[in-house]
Amino acid sequence: MEFTSVLFYVFGFCFVVSAALMVTARNTMKAAMLLILSFFSAASIWLLLEAEFLAVTLILVYVGAVMVLFLFVIKMLDVDQSTLRAKFTKYLPLGIVVAAIVIAQMALVLSAGQFGLDVVAEPARHAADYSNITELANVLYTAYVYPFELAAVLLLIAIIAAITLVHRKGSRSKKQDVSEQVNVQAKDRMRIVSIPSGKRKESK
Amino acid sequence: MIALSDYLILSAIVFCIGLAGIFINRTNIIMLLMCVELILAAVNTNFIAFSYYSGDVAGQIFVFFILTVAAAEVAIGLAILTLMYRNRGSIDVDVTNSLKG
Repeated sequence: MEFTSVLFYVFGFCFVVSAALMVTARNTMKAAMLLILSFFSAASIWLLLEAEFLAVTLILVYVGAVMVLFLFVIKMLDVDQSTLRAKFTKYLPLGIVVAAIVIAQMALVLSAGQFGLDVVAEPARHAADYSNITELANVLYTAYVYPFELAAVLLLIAIIAAITLVHRKGSRSKKQDVSEQVNVQAKDRMRIVSIPSGKRKESK
Repeated sequence: MIALSDYLILSAIVFCIGLAGIFINRTNIIMLLMCVELILAAVNTNFIAFSYYSGDVAGQIFVFFILTVAAAEVAIGLAILTLMYRNRGSIDVDVTNSLKG
């Protein structure tokens, strides 16, 4: 058995086991941690497939940004775990049946007869000085430059939408109201209160 | 030697685990979003495996765009989740039944 095969089975095992533990975890925090582990395993498998840029992007963007966002939200919202837990087992049999059927169907289609080594031969590994990023960039900035710009616009729209959704108007905002500032009168600013003088307190 | 079918079956298994997760955690929206992320990781593995075995870099470009769209989806999804929690005090799917669908 080759070393890369051993690596594939180790990382694939980690991927499947962490994914299975994640979907059955009762605690959302634990599930987020297990999802991070499965992302790391996926990135390792992508490294075996010589997709170095995407593997690093998966770790940087998903583990570094998206999962941190998830953890923020999990910690910020005080979710009552007990009510969610009560309905946990209700749909478990249906979920397992559907997953088993889909796995069986896919295994029939994707079996070694259709996509095995004798049908699709393994390509030769690239030399050590091969740069995955250069090859990606050569295609991304020429043939796919228009979708690339659209992706940038999409991210901008996502930023604006997310801020607009959660922005709280009113009491917390400290923005200026110019017309109110211009129209202010002296009597609005200062109020003269006449306080009757009281008796002097006797000192002992 | 690892065949293309090995990668495809691995990602099919993870895809189905994510699918079962959507059934199992039907009431918790955060878990639903995380299961969708898992499904997307499995699909991306498929794309990269085909890209490697056919020697075409276009599959990796597609994965790049899927990652972009998924990041935008998570940002807006979590914003909607925060808004829902603020308005209703719960993120249970069964509480959001005001449309009576």
